[in-house]
Amino acid sequence: MDILVQQLINGLILGSIYALIALGYTMVYGILGLINFAHGEIVMIGAMVTITCLNLLIGSGVELPGLLLVGLSLLMAIPACALLGFTIERVAYRPLRNAPRLAPLITAIGVSIVLQNLAMMIWGRQYVAFPSILPAEPHQVLGASITSLQILIVVLAAAMMAGLMLLVHRTRLGRAMRATSQSPQVASLMGVNVNHVISMTFILGSCLGSVAGVMVSANYGQAHAYMGFLLGLKAFSAAVLGGIGNLGGAVVGGLLLGIIESLGAGYIGDFTGGFLGSQYQDVFAFMVLILVLVFRPSGLMGERVAERP
Amino acid sequence: MNPMKNIVLLAALAGALGLSACGKKAETPATGAAPTAGGDTLVVKLGHAAPLTGPQAHLGKDNESGVRLAVDDLNAKGFEIGGRKVRFELLSEDDQADPRVATTVAKKFVDDGVNAIIGHLNSGTTIPASRIYHDAGIVEVSPSATNPKYTQQGYANAFRVMANDVQQGKVLGEFAVQDMGAKKIAIIDDRSAYGQGLADEFEKAVMASGGKVVVREYTNDKASDFTAILTKIKGVGPDLLFYGGMDGQGAPMTRQMKTLGLKAQFLGGDGVHTAEFMKLAGPAAEGATASLPGVPLEVMPKGPQFKQRFEAKYGTIQLYAPYCYDAVMVVAEAMQRAGSIDPAKYLPEMAKTRHEGVTASIGFDDKGDLSNGAITVYRVENGDWKVLKTIGGPAAAPAPTP
Repeated sequence: MDILVQQLINGLILGSIYALIALGYTMVYGILGLINFAHGEIVMIGAMVTITCLNLLIGSGVELPGLLLVGLSLLMAIPACALLGFTIERVAYRPLRNAPRLAPLITAIGVSIVLQNLAMMIWGRQYVAFPSILPAEPHQVLGASITSLQILIVVLAAAMMAGLMLLVHRTRLGRAMRATSQSPQVASLMGVNVNHVISMTFILGSCLGSVAGVMVSANYGQAHAYMGFLLGLKAFSAAVLGGIGNLGGAVVGGLLLGIIESLGAGYIGDFTGGFLGSQYQDVFAFMVLILVLVFRPSGLMGERVAERP
Repeated sequence: MNPMKNIVLLAALAGALGLSACGKKAETPATGAAPTAGGDTLVVKLGHAAPLTGPQAHLGKDNESGVRLAVDDLNAKGFEIGGRKVRFELLSEDDQADPRVATTVAKKFVDDGVNAIIGHLNSGTTIPASRIYHDAGIVEVSPSATNPKYTQQGYANAFRVMANDVQQGKVLGEFAVQDMGAKKIAIIDDRSAYGQGLADEFEKAVMASGGKVVVREYTNDKASDFTAILTKIKGVGPDLLFYGGMDGQGAPMTRQMKTLGLKAQFLGGDGVHTAEFMKLAGPAAEGATASLPGVPLEVMPKGPQFKQRFEAKYGTIQLYAPYCYDAVMVVAEAMQRAGSIDPAKYLPEMAKTRHEGVTASIGFDDKGDLSNGAITVYRVENGDWKVLKTIGGPAAAPAPTP
C-alpha cells in the first residue's frame, strides 16, 4: 500500500513538472497553431542560468538561506528566458507567419538545435551540478517519503497554473489571447494588437518553462545541455494527451503522463508476470497516449480544438 | 557536431600548410648539411586514436599525453631495434568516441602504414576498428577498452593492458557478497553495451558466491528520474543496489535513494568512479562504492615517479595515461626482441611479453587479455574516493618499494 502511495507521489511530482512545460506548448499552439519545438531548450536555459547565478552568488560569499538564493537566481533566469522566448518568436516565427505550416516547424527545430549547441559552448558538454543548498530531508506521508523541495514543486506548479488560468479567463490580455486563438484576423479587426498578444504568449510560456527547468535541475541535482530534448518531448506528448491548445488539458495530460510513467515502471513487471520489465516504462506511457488518441483524436479535453476551422 | 568537425578540419589544414611551409624552408640548407636524421635511423610510426573532442575529450587528451611521454622517453634514450637506432613518430587521430569515425580513422592508419596502434579509448570504438587492424595485420594494444568482446573475436593481434569487464564484474560480485556482506541484491543497468555487460557479469558472480539477486531493473543512459524503479526496489528491501552505467545517472540515483529512504548500499563500476560523481551527488555520494580496473597510482610499481614526471609536462592525470605509457613500452620491447618493426615479425614476441611497467607487471594470456589483471574497489569518504581493497594482480602484494 505504501508503495502505491509512493508511486503516486513520484508521479505527481514528475507530472507537475510536465504540466508546467506542457502549458508552454499548448499556449503557443492554441494561438498560432505552431508547435514550438524550442520550448524544451528554454527550460534547459532556465536551469543553466539559475545554476550559474547560484554559483556566482555562493562564490561571492552571499550568506542566505538556500531557498532565498534560488529565488534571487530565478529573478535573473525568468527575465532571461522571457527575453529568449520573445526573441525566438521575433526572429524565427514572425517572418514566417503567413508561410506554409511546415516552414515555422522547421525553423522551430533549427532554433532548438542552435540553442542546444549554444548551451554546450557556454556550459560545456558535462553534466552541470545544482549546488546542494536546498534541504533534502524526507518527510513521511502515509508511509511514503517526500522532501520539502518536492512539496514546494507541486504547490508552486499548482499556483502558477492557477495564476495562468486566472490570467487567461479574467484579464484583458487573457481575453485578447482567447480572441486571437479563435481568429487572429477578426481579433485584429476588433482592435486587438495581435503581434503584442503573440509576444506575450511566448513570454508567459517561457517564464513557466524556466521555472520548470529550475524545478527539474533542483530535484535531480543536475542539468545538461541536452536535458530539454527529452523533457520537451514528454511535455509535448502530455499536451497532446490532454488535447493540445487546451490549457486545462495540458495540466491533466501532464499529471496523467507522470503518474502513468511511475505506475508503469513500478507495476508493469507484475502485470505481465515478469515478461515486460521497467525498460518498457516509456513504451507503456506512449501506448496509453496512442490508445487515447485512437478513441479521442483531439485528446482528453480537446473538443474546442476540434471545432476550430 | 558539424561545426566542430569543420573547425578541426580547418585546424588540420592550417597545420598542414604550416608544416609544408616549414618543410620547404628546411629543405634548402639540409641539402648541404650532414644527414642528421636520415640514413640508418629507422622510423617507427605509432598510431593513437581516442576522442579528442566531445564530452570525453579530457580522457582522450590524457591518453595521447601518456603515449607522447613514452615516445619522448624512447627517442631520448636512443632506443635500438636490430642494431639500428630508431625514432618513434606519433600519429594521433580523433575518433570522437564514435564507432563510425573510428573505422575511418582505422583505415587511415592502415593507409599510412603504421607499425602499431595504441587505442582506442572506448570499447564501442575499439571493437569495430580492431577488425580493420586485424585484416591489415597491425598490432593493436588498447589501454582502456574493457568490454570482453574485444579480445574474444579470435584476433591474434589484439591486446589490452587493463583488466576487462568480466574480471571487473566478477570481482564486484564477490566483493558485494563477501566483503560488503550483502544477501539480497538489486541490479539496475542502463542497457548500454558497457552497463549491461558489466551488470550481467556482476549478476553471475553474485549467484556464484551465494548471494541472491532479488530484483533487476533497467533505465537508459539519458534518464535522470529513477524514483519509480527505486520505489519498486524499496518494496523488495535489498541490502545492496548495484548500478551498471555512468556517473550522470549514478549520481542522481544515489540522491533519490536518500530521498526515498532506500537504505541499501550503493555499488557501481568504473563508470561512476569519477570526480564528477561527487559534484553531482553532493552529500548523497558519501558511502558509495565503486571499482576501477588497475591499482591505485600510489601503489603502482613506478606510479609516484610516473605521476611526477607526467604532471610536470601535461598536468593532472585523468585516468588512463599510465596504461598508455605501458602499452607503448610493451610494443617497443617486443619490436626490440624480434629485431624488427614489421608487425608480422614482432607479433609472436608480443604474446611472450613480460614487462615491469608503471601500472603492473604486464603479461598476456592466450586471448591477449592482461593476465592476472588487478581491480581496486573504492568508497567515498569525506567527498573523496578512498581505496578499500585491491583484488588480483601483482600489486596486491606487499608495500610498494621506491
